[in-house]
Amino acid sequence: MLTIADHKFTSRLLVGTGKFSSSRIMKEAIEASGSEMVTVALRRVNLDDPGDDIMSVLDRKRYIFLPNTSGARDSAEAVRLARMARASGGSDWLKLEVTPDPRTLLPDPVETLKATEILAGEGFKVLPYMNADPILALKLQDAGAVAVMPLGAPIGTNRGLLTRFQVEIIIEQARVPVIVDAGLGAPSHAAEAMEIGADAVLVNTALAVAADPVRMAKAFAMAVEAGRFAFEAGLGRAQVHAEASSPEAGLDFLS
Amino acid sequence: MPDFEANSLIDFKAPDFREITDLVYRCNSADVDSALSKERRSIRDLAALLSPAAAEQLPAMAARAAELTALRFGRAIQIYAPLYLSSFCANHCRYCGFSAENKIERRVLTIDEAEREALLLAERGFNHLLLVSGEAPAKMGVEYLEELVGRLRARFASISIEIQPLGEADYRRLFKSGVTSVAVYQETYDRDIYEKVHLAGPKSDMIYRLATPARAAAAGMREVGLGALLGLSDWRCEGVSLGLHLAWLRRHYWQTALTVSFPRMRPAAGDFEPMVSVGESDLAQLLFALRIFDHDVGLLLSTREEARFRNGMIGLGPTRYSAGSCTAPGGYSNPDQQGEQFAIDDQRTIDEVCRDIRARGFDPVRKDWDTVFQQAV
Repeated sequence: MLTIADHKFTSRLLVGTGKFSSSRIMKEAIEASGSEMVTVALRRVNLDDPGDDIMSVLDRKRYIFLPNTSGARDSAEAVRLARMARASGGSDWLKLEVTPDPRTLLPDPVETLKATEILAGEGFKVLPYMNADPILALKLQDAGAVAVMPLGAPIGTNRGLLTRFQVEIIIEQARVPVIVDAGLGAPSHAAEAMEIGADAVLVNTALAVAADPVRMAKAFAMAVEAGRFAFEAGLGRAQVHAEASSPEAGLDFLS
Repeated sequence: MPDFEANSLIDFKAPDFREITDLVYRCNSADVDSALSKERRSIRDLAALLSPAAAEQLPAMAARAAELTALRFGRAIQIYAPLYLSSFCANHCRYCGFSAENKIERRVLTIDEAEREALLLAERGFNHLLLVSGEAPAKMGVEYLEELVGRLRARFASISIEIQPLGEADYRRLFKSGVTSVAVYQETYDRDIYEKVHLAGPKSDMIYRLATPARAAAAGMREVGLGALLGLSDWRCEGVSLGLHLAWLRRHYWQTALTVSFPRMRPAAGDFEPMVSVGESDLAQLLFALRIFDHDVGLLLSTREEARFRNGMIGLGPTRYSAGSCTAPGGYSNPDQQGEQFAIDDQRTIDEVCRDIRARGFDPVRKDWDTVFQQAV
């Protein structure tokens, strides 16, 4: 069972709430995914408004809400947004996103680390979105992150687990759960991440822009489960270090 | 022209329309095929997509633009409204209803009046506000905006300005007061035409205007909007120029989000006739081409265009729609207000626009930013 910050999850699939064609489709897709943790962009919701189109359709008791700081371009903005969200009745959970390049939305390692240090110190359960850099993962973990979220590929690209080799090292080294976030465009990508030992994956675009988001959510749920089963069954142990494949030298001269 | 792109990216200056014309009109259908099949596209590819040869492949372009837009922006359209603050203007621009020599009823809203108009828009459900004015700094300057934005920022997710070009220090001040983004349309990138239509006033300095988006970006604005007024010069060449400008800004101000608007010339006081005609399929081609060239640029389609066209374009590239707009200062509180900048063609209310967006399987998003990003610490 997946445990993040002492909280237990049956599902290893996290989903995002952006880009859907309507809040009704979003709700149905999230239900079909079986997910227990959903991320919501703070810029997109109005926490003070009970009638907010996203927050009002999702059952707050059923899901852990993981507010994210999408749009923040430095640590100061992310920290301000996080504090504001908690003050308006939010929880300690936080998906930290610091993306200074509005084009690629790639995460800023320096500012993400800085914000993690501050927010973890203030009692937030910080899950930082990060590039698949193993040293950064260790530093974020040491700074108090309750999980790390390396990207498979840039957000919205559907390219899959392009960072596989780096993610394998992160999985091998991390004490906290590793959740592959961003770039997973097909259920097979999610299965691949799970097969190499990721603790969970987060998917949004692939569901939201599918012709049938609800069915696609179900497909991802099945793939995540299949990938996890395969990992537990002993498949795909991460081979970080190359195995010597040198030919055997002749040792006939030994007496 | 091997150096064409490199030169343009070194220091953005008014592009040479003759060179661009040459580039665009030499493209054939093979160039269009190649541009469509690539992952990353150069200015040459953009020229191919804007060429007459590409007109035959409009359905393929639309499909590619739709796919790219869905991946990057999702099935969503952001909703905004313009708020006209002042119709005073020191410029003589032949095409504009606010032009200094036009005898129209001029008005600048007091800050109280402007606030009332804005709150009316907030009540109607708008969270993204665009403040618009003519160029008359004595009537409406930075202090005015600072005070107004200070009053409004708690009520709106984002506040953008489309006013006279300012210096970097002024943009910095306004950013601090809560302005999120700046739109400055070049009107035309064609030097000869620019001189012919901008007869007098500060706007006749083309180079200063051309450098304005860069000043706004340097001042820290989150987003900068470009645009060409369609109807002045060859739209295909304006499209290539917009692409060059986007690419240059991306290289130099990588933290700034970029948008493009597509103002097609509308009837206005002064009875200026468009110098070239730009049809709906031309506008569609321009929009698709820019989306395929730059996957991440926000594309705005305003109420200058009629409902049928705007409904048809949902999902094919645009990311933001205005709704229920009035282009005369004071027009929201007083619907009979005279003195508009131009006539609008889509009279639907915000609720009607949202309903039509939903009917096409897209989500009309009323809030997608937060002033908390910019709050003074």
